[in-house]
Amino acid sequence: MYPELGQIALILALLLSVLLSVVPLAGAITDRSRLMAFARPLASGIFVFIGLAFAILTHAFLVDDFSVAYVANNSNSLLPWYYKFSAVWGGHEGSLLLWILMLAGWTLAVSVFSRRLPEEIIAQVLSVLGMVTVGFLLFILMTSNPFDRLLPNVPADGADLNPLLQDFGLIVHPPMLYMGYVGFSVAFAFAIAALINGRLDAAWARWSRPWTTVAWSFLSVGIALGSWWAYYELGWGGWWFWDPVENASLLPWLAGTALMHSLAVTEKRGVFKSWTVLLAIVTFALSLLGTFLVRSGVLTSVHAFASDPTRGAFLLGLLAVTILSSLTLYAFRAPVVHSRARYGSLSREIFLLLNNILLMAAMLLVLVGTLYPLVLDYLGGGRLSIGEPFYNLTFSPIAIAVALLLGAGIFSRWKRTDGGWLGRKLLWPAAISLVVACLTMLVFGGFTPWAFAGLFGAAWVTVATAADLWDKSSSRKGRWHGLKRQSRSYYGMILGHLGLAITMAGATVVSNYGIERDVRMSPGDTAEIGDIRFTFTEIGERQGSNFVAQYARFDLSRDGDAISTLYPEKRQYRVQRNVMTEAGIDAGLTRDLFVALGEKVGDNAWAVRLQYKPLIRWLWLGSLFMAAGGFLAIADKRYRIRKRAEQSATENGKASGEENPAVAGAAG
Amino acid sequence: MHPVRKKRLTIILFLLAGLSVAVGLTTYALRQNINVFYDPSEIAAGDAPVDARIRAGGMVEAGSVVRSSEDLTVRFRVTDYAEAVTVQYTGILPDLFAEGQGVVAIGRLQADGTFVAEQVLAKHDENYMPPEVSDSLKKAGHPGSDTGASAEQTGY
Repeated sequence: MYPELGQIALILALLLSVLLSVVPLAGAITDRSRLMAFARPLASGIFVFIGLAFAILTHAFLVDDFSVAYVANNSNSLLPWYYKFSAVWGGHEGSLLLWILMLAGWTLAVSVFSRRLPEEIIAQVLSVLGMVTVGFLLFILMTSNPFDRLLPNVPADGADLNPLLQDFGLIVHPPMLYMGYVGFSVAFAFAIAALINGRLDAAWARWSRPWTTVAWSFLSVGIALGSWWAYYELGWGGWWFWDPVENASLLPWLAGTALMHSLAVTEKRGVFKSWTVLLAIVTFALSLLGTFLVRSGVLTSVHAFASDPTRGAFLLGLLAVTILSSLTLYAFRAPVVHSRARYGSLSREIFLLLNNILLMAAMLLVLVGTLYPLVLDYLGGGRLSIGEPFYNLTFSPIAIAVALLLGAGIFSRWKRTDGGWLGRKLLWPAAISLVVACLTMLVFGGFTPWAFAGLFGAAWVTVATAADLWDKSSSRKGRWHGLKRQSRSYYGMILGHLGLAITMAGATVVSNYGIERDVRMSPGDTAEIGDIRFTFTEIGERQGSNFVAQYARFDLSRDGDAISTLYPEKRQYRVQRNVMTEAGIDAGLTRDLFVALGEKVGDNAWAVRLQYKPLIRWLWLGSLFMAAGGFLAIADKRYRIRKRAEQSATENGKASGEENPAVAGAAG
Repeated sequence: MHPVRKKRLTIILFLLAGLSVAVGLTTYALRQNINVFYDPSEIAAGDAPVDARIRAGGMVEAGSVVRSSEDLTVRFRVTDYAEAVTVQYTGILPDLFAEGQGVVAIGRLQADGTFVAEQVLAKHDENYMPPEVSDSLKKAGHPGSDTGASAEQTGY
């Protein structure tokens, strides 16, 4: 009976979100605050019912209710409980429900944490979020109901979760990614609300900034988790494949990064308004496009669970409606640009504008590479794919240009920067970066132009950021006082930029100096990578809870000193009979050593992949820095003091622990 | 010319120049890196270019997989049940590679008709068939394009 309750909860949530998308908006337009006051209770109500539905689905998984088709298809009684839990979002329907739960959560968060906003703004923002919720609830109820039953023929056991997804990575990757995707809907809602009432000003930018930053931070972590998961579970040691599904998450990230920087200009200087609004719309549209690409089945990958054409058509329709209606609104309401340049040709505004242009260029490149084969295929132009070299060739120069620009832009001033002063400022960072890049190349052995460019870029960002912190923290009361005086958002920016440098250094070094060897080995054989010796000592078999594994033992040593012992496995899962490779990885901050078992190629011989991956951890470490920077930035006083004043003024009895979700997020 | 207009004109010219360079480079990079799919019938008919990076795919013919005894070189035949092409690959095959399964290989066709693969992709799970492969099977008159998968399921 529970699953039917879940269905009813979803239908109730749909009714409430229809109300939310109409009533407060009507109130705002006709200026009736009684109608606008419906916004907050409705937002809470939607969250409660969707949360209830999600809890019921989770319950069905945990108690192995195989009469629910979705549970039967994605779970099995042999699964450990934590995989039963994560299997809730292991398939199409459940992951969509998670998407909607996140949306309801963000909507609730907006209604709770935006009490200081004018009434009509909050009513409009929540209404727009309500419309998005209506779209997705209709989608789930009409095409992908997770509560469909298999009655009366209840299967005795489930078909099991895809073994690829039976992993810690899957427990955390989708929720993080969705937090990011869905979070951009808040920036979108603020943009649409601003277009509706024509209030595109610095205040609007300040309201949407923290939301954008949080969404972006989650998305950064989500992408990094996906890459990490692919590295150890899927990819035989690859960390980014330019797979359309990966690109689908990178697109909103690139646009979101541009949006964050453009919002900064709009808040501080009140310019680029139309551009910022457009970016907010584009970023959300790209999130929807990502959902469409991944969920519709037009792409075949581990993420494409189903290829039911009605789902794709529905999502495409949703995407079209969103883009068309918001761009129409934009066309009529975007402020007319009075281009009286109030900033010089060498100013922080210009640097941030160039940053936006580069990021959007990178985004367009990835978009073209992702969509071109799909569109061509649809038009009957034949099946083709665009290889990794395309992205490497076009994306890398843009990434390096972004880094070079960032280093210079950090010193620039608003309105006007003196060119000669900036040049002198940049002389030392340039020299130091040159030395650092050359030394790093010496350490890893060998000059290549790409390695030089990437390392120089990373060093340049780091040195310039450090130099700027040094300049800003000089104070008559001493360095420590100067450091303490800087705002949290400034430190957030520093962390974010350092994160970029770390990721860039990691990507450059691992792509240029990583070593990979595929060899044929029998127990007793040894193989070498550089001065590291891999000895294949034995092969054995072990039983897991729901799989049988053949494992190999590899002893790793350097000059006779043991480094570690790795046990790569080949697992056969009982239910789906799939074979999975579990790599053996000796992880370290400076390098990973990686052994994966291929197939058995002879009586006793195995295909083995040995890898040396220098600095690969830096890729993901950098993204953690970026996310931490984002969370730190929104904990800035300028967002909080007003809130506190507001709270004491209205005597609103909300627990202060809930005051800032991101602070808790950063701590946790 | 008015100085403000002159400044604007320079900016516009600069942007246009940058844009055309970007478009040119992108087109160039795209042309270099597009891999078109050919099925075994097309390759047998000589439609596929020799020594260009292409993708080929079909079902792995039962009993055709031959491994070298020295290194990781493996040869197998990929068929659409009308024609077949021999694929040679050195390296580790994906977990889901098996006889009677659909695969897609990326590599170059040699003059002697052998396809030397740089990369072999297999399906992600037993229900999945590379769409290129299922299309080409349908074209070759095998409407039951997921025969491989169902055969495997009934095998257990």
